Amino acid sequence: MGIIKAVKLCFDYMKYGEDDSKIEKVRAIDDVTLDIKKGDFIAILGHNGSGKSTLAKHMNALLVPTEGTMWVDEIDTSGEEEIWKIRQKAGMVFQNPDNQIIGTVVEEDVGFGPENIGVPTDEIWSRVDDSLSRVGMLKHRKKSPNRLSGGQKQRVAIAGVIAMRPECIVMDEPTAMLDPTGRKDVLRTVHELNEKLGITVILITHYMEEVIGADHVFVMDSGHIVMQGTPREIFTEVDKLKKYRLDVPQVTELAYELRKSGIDIPAGILTREELVEALV
Amino acid sequence: MQLELKNVSYTYGKGTVFEVNALSNIDLAIEEGQFIGIIGHTGSGKSTLIQHFNALMEPTEGKVLFEGEDIWGEKYDRRALRSKVGLVFQYPEHQLFETDVLTDVAFGPKNQGLSKEEAEARAREALVQVGFPEKFYGHSPFELSGGQKRRVAIAGVLAMNPKVLILDEPTAGLDPKGRDEILDQISYLHDQRGITIILVSHSMEDVARYADRLIVVNDGRIPYDGTPREVFAHYKELEKIGLAAPQITYIMHDLAAKGLPVDVQATTIEEAKKSILEALAGKGAKR
Amino acid sequence: MRNITIGQYYPADSILHRLDPRVKFLGTLVFIISLFLIKGVAGYVFVTIVLATLVRLSKVPFGMMLKGMKAIIFILIITVIFNMLFTPGEAIFTIWRLTVTREGVAQAFRMAIRLSYLIIGSSIMTLTTTPNQLTDAMENLFSPLKVLKVPVHEISMMMSIALRFIPILMEETDKIMKAQIARGADFESGNLIKRVTNMIPLLVPLFVSAFQRANDLAMAMEARCYHGGEGRTQMKPLRYEKRDYVAYALMLAFAAASVCFCVFGGGWI
Repeated sequence: MGIIKAVKLCFDYMKYGEDDSKIEKVRAIDDVTLDIKKGDFIAILGHNGSGKSTLAKHMNALLVPTEGTMWVDEIDTSGEEEIWKIRQKAGMVFQNPDNQIIGTVVEEDVGFGPENIGVPTDEIWSRVDDSLSRVGMLKHRKKSPNRLSGGQKQRVAIAGVIAMRPECIVMDEPTAMLDPTGRKDVLRTVHELNEKLGITVILITHYMEEVIGADHVFVMDSGHIVMQGTPREIFTEVDKLKKYRLDVPQVTELAYELRKSGIDIPAGILTREELVEALV
Repeated sequence: MQLELKNVSYTYGKGTVFEVNALSNIDLAIEEGQFIGIIGHTGSGKSTLIQHFNALMEPTEGKVLFEGEDIWGEKYDRRALRSKVGLVFQYPEHQLFETDVLTDVAFGPKNQGLSKEEAEARAREALVQVGFPEKFYGHSPFELSGGQKRRVAIAGVLAMNPKVLILDEPTAGLDPKGRDEILDQISYLHDQRGITIILVSHSMEDVARYADRLIVVNDGRIPYDGTPREVFAHYKELEKIGLAAPQITYIMHDLAAKGLPVDVQATTIEEAKKSILEALAGKGAKR
Repeated sequence: MRNITIGQYYPADSILHRLDPRVKFLGTLVFIISLFLIKGVAGYVFVTIVLATLVRLSKVPFGMMLKGMKAIIFILIITVIFNMLFTPGEAIFTIWRLTVTREGVAQAFRMAIRLSYLIIGSSIMTLTTTPNQLTDAMENLFSPLKVLKVPVHEISMMMSIALRFIPILMEETDKIMKAQIARGADFESGNLIKRVTNMIPLLVPLFVSAFQRANDLAMAMEARCYHGGEGRTQMKPLRYEKRDYVAYALMLAFAAASVCFCVFGGGWI
């Protein structure tokens, strides 16, 4: 069993009318089965409203399945008693950088998680130092989060998660509100953590370029997993992706267009080096 | 000339120790009907710049002219100006407040002094133009999906019938299809209604595809101003100021360096495809 | 907008920054009480010297403290005028039916000094103490109230979150206001009722956003294993050092001196 495993997971929520009456039951996740290997870099793609964020919240026991089962490091998330253990093992980074930082000073925010799980004071300090330096924010430790850029805030949030010594980080569109520079910094940081610390990363996004470095990609649409495979396998199917309101990186699209016009190049080109290589 | 900035400077905290120059001696002329892309990294001064276009900010030095008139002149009606130069802020859905979509969109026209009926007629027109489905007109804007909220918010500005429409990152946070839909709709408005569009974006690919003129803002100045082809030819300099060219530009330069005679100034997929096919065919013919 | 002074920590390395927040909290209380105790020129000179010393020790630019004064300038002026006009005593001069008395001027002067010293004194505390330290201090000092089932930990957590979000919400207000002005909204003209109704386009989005943020934040806190004060350790536990005891001793001396000025002070002011 992998670090995160779901079997036939379904999740329903109720829509309420203005008079608090139940209008309808909405199935946000429908029969999802997946098994994520420890140490992998996983990307989950899907348009807004495809159910990818709801799925992410199951990995941290913020939501529990209506049907089916979710395990985090072999612990069933529907059990109440181990909930804090699950949340320590699977840390979460959210979309809005402002709405997840609790501390008024960077280092105090990073210490928030360890404080909650009862880590002794001296160790909190060493964990905070270590986490901040890993995300490259050590020199900003005394600053107010309000004075940081979006990308820096997200890196503080990541530091806050790794200070809890998790097995994996689930990131729910961490770059959606960032500018290109911030996006690059955050992505580089996560890849480093994955490579150096072996932390499993689950990155939820709809930026196609961010998927290229992943080991495995899941594509979601209306609560289902509709495609999965390596980035190359996924990006070979340009038309299918577009059907799911997604896209491919510009290089891939250009290669795809050229291939359609009869140029003999391989399918699923991901980088510009590959394309240039194939053409010249 | 529709909109003109003459030697405009803006300094935050003027006269205090915290003085920061956000804009320095900007000269800019915008003609009616242009589709302009503004690019610059966060903090470059582009937000400050666009707020000068509709008198939300007053320059500390210099003049802003709309259709030849000084908008900071004594008797100038700046409220009327704001309906002629519409500004859609980043995440505009955060400004929705009414109980239903139609009333919310009619807020702008009502402020212009139109009657309820006229305002609603304008609102309907604007909602059609952003491609918002009619069956949701009576819904609360807070129940809509992110993409739909964004359309309503854009319609809210459009309903004032602006001659210039400024959009600050209208696609932020949307999924790829949502991004394309919004941009296509904006481009349609530009083509059909002849509105001048000023699009602030972080996506070089998007501005390359839609804009016919690019303005680069850096450090409160405008180092480059020209067609996307001209501006992206400076891709190396752009990188130094935290920007880049579209991926396509890099591919074309790589190919040219390898000896394939392609058009290095191509900035969109269509242009690149055409040029590569021609180059390959030429090579084939020679063989 | 993000530069408001209340709850805005000014990072610097000074003896006041290093003091235990409980000392600073109690010290500020003692200072405020003493402001209302002291009498006489000598007394005022004394607190002025003490305050000036504290300002110097804090290594915070004096301008930062004056910023806090801006917020109360209106209250200050009203207080001064009222005291000048409505304190009975020996008249200095009379305009129409309003009489300015010698006692009134003295009283107004006293109130002005007290109010401004109060603001400066408390901003020394907020500028040298992070809001988190401050709430820690309050949680610690009020912890005896837990016996009475007062949710001390929860209250202090709420305060610290509020302090973090005030600047964000201020900025948001500014942004929404501009967006509505761009849609032709008018926040400046009209009578009171009209002005209040004109605020709706500002207030509704602000509330919606505040609730959204609260929701997000609650989720983020849960995801980071927050489950109340139980079993929680502290990154910066409060521990008294030698300097804190010295500070307490000085505080005691200051309080004693203030009482002396109260009892033996007097004179014409």
